[in-house]
Amino acid sequence: MSAPLANARHSEARSAKGNPMAAATRDQHAVRDSRGGRRDGAVHIRDLVRSFDGRAVVDRISLDIAAGEFVALIGKSGSGKSTLLRALANIDDSVAGSGAIHVPDNRSVLFQDSRLLPWENVLQNITIGLRTPDARERGLAVLADVGLAGRENAWPNALSGGEQQRVALARSLVRDPSLLLADEPFGALDALTRIKMHELLFRLVEVHQPTVLLVTHDVDEALVLADRVLVMDAGRIIVDLRVDLPHPRGRSSEAFEALRAELLDALGVIVHV
Amino acid sequence: MAFQHNLDALALNDVPRVDAAPVQRPRLFTPSRPLRGAIVVGPIAVLLLWQMASMTGLLPERLLAAPSKAVTSVIDLAADGTLLRHLLASAQRAYTGLLLGVVLGVVLALASGLTRIGEASIDGLIQVKRAVPTLALIPLAILWLGIGETMKIAIITAAVLVPVYINTHASLRGIDLRYIELARTVGLTYPEFLRRVALPGALPGFFTGLRLAVTTCWTSLVVLEQIATSEGIGYLMNRARDYGQTEIIVVGLLIYATLGLTSDIVVRLWERHALSYRKVLGT
Repeated sequence: MSAPLANARHSEARSAKGNPMAAATRDQHAVRDSRGGRRDGAVHIRDLVRSFDGRAVVDRISLDIAAGEFVALIGKSGSGKSTLLRALANIDDSVAGSGAIHVPDNRSVLFQDSRLLPWENVLQNITIGLRTPDARERGLAVLADVGLAGRENAWPNALSGGEQQRVALARSLVRDPSLLLADEPFGALDALTRIKMHELLFRLVEVHQPTVLLVTHDVDEALVLADRVLVMDAGRIIVDLRVDLPHPRGRSSEAFEALRAELLDALGVIVHV
Repeated sequence: MAFQHNLDALALNDVPRVDAAPVQRPRLFTPSRPLRGAIVVGPIAVLLLWQMASMTGLLPERLLAAPSKAVTSVIDLAADGTLLRHLLASAQRAYTGLLLGVVLGVVLALASGLTRIGEASIDGLIQVKRAVPTLALIPLAILWLGIGETMKIAIITAAVLVPVYINTHASLRGIDLRYIELARTVGLTYPEFLRRVALPGALPGFFTGLRLAVTTCWTSLVVLEQIATSEGIGYLMNRARDYGQTEIIVVGLLIYATLGLTSDIVVRLWERHALSYRKVLGT
């Protein structure tokens, strides 16, 4: 496990203002993973610290995620889970911190808000930043995958919240990412839409096979989707739980209930059964 | 049980009859649908009142001519080609200044909104310029540029530049940081970021500035055309004052109003087309 880290050259020691060089070099060192994973999707984190006003929100975290693994990261508000994800997405250069991060270059971020550009239509939003000649065809194909075929010319404002988030999912997947970073992507959706989005995400992840880090506050969401669930508390990972249940996972099975109870316990929720 | 009881009472008394035709319901907090041509209602009402005041003698002609008198004057002036000559002279000054001012305003807004050096060097200057009335620059401008067309166009440019800059800059600065994060995560290059995020994001402010600018460019003319000119609407009006021809002054005012209103409508149509993605109050 230390082999890929041996030639890492992007260990950081950053000031609060951020070091543009560290941010720039970080992107150039994707891990070329030859073990098992379909692609170079593995994530390696060593002694990662991110702090706001001197308080460590991410406190010396070391973590390895294998290529193709679906990891859910849960935790209370303020536990540092989003900060960790933003560090992996490399969109936190105004945050002070140190440590080493190996992430694939080819990564996508799915935010809690769909973050569609209101002045571009659905297809333009999906293919933004995509420079291949077949961008349009790929955009249309993935739009059909998320169940919105024929809506390519719609304005984002004309779509419902769930539809907007499906477009955002299409935008993440059209670049066929090795790593998908999802920051509470379904948090703003209603319960029924959320269940549908779980199925959609699971199906698309099966097809595209990215490594996934899903930040969520929903224990059931984590257990339905992930191969592995991490619980974060006060900047540290306090539980690392493997979920070996077959898919599709019924939420009422005994094994599911047991895992849920374990996770809720780790989150400090007292469960009366 | 009590709840159920209330529901029954409601069902008996308050359920409206369902009509086949859809009913237009009032919308809370949002104005109702814009009426076609609603913008001209106010001006037409004022014109009617004015005409009535003139016809009843309430408004003597030596103070202000009736709109109808102005209309006959327009026809007379148009017939011998005088009006067109003056109008073209004015339009050329106004629109040359407008074009230069808009281009300069946008370029400065982008430089100031997107770069720290630009902000440091440009923004303060524009704020100072904004505090000084443009017409107060005329004496200096005459010393530097003479009394000819160059000076007039320079003053109009300076007047137009400010609203375009202020509004475009404000809109650019108001672009949500979340879109900038997105631009990073999808790996946009800087030119792509400008074209797909910064410029469209600044567009609403640009249109606000442009709407102010199309009327500002004519405003400055009135004063500028007192200086060493023999052509232009402003010149026409000032000469009419000397001769006590209030109907010509009214013609000039009507021309300014018409031009201003038309320009505003053109800009608004363009704005509506360019910003058709928006779902906002008043659409």
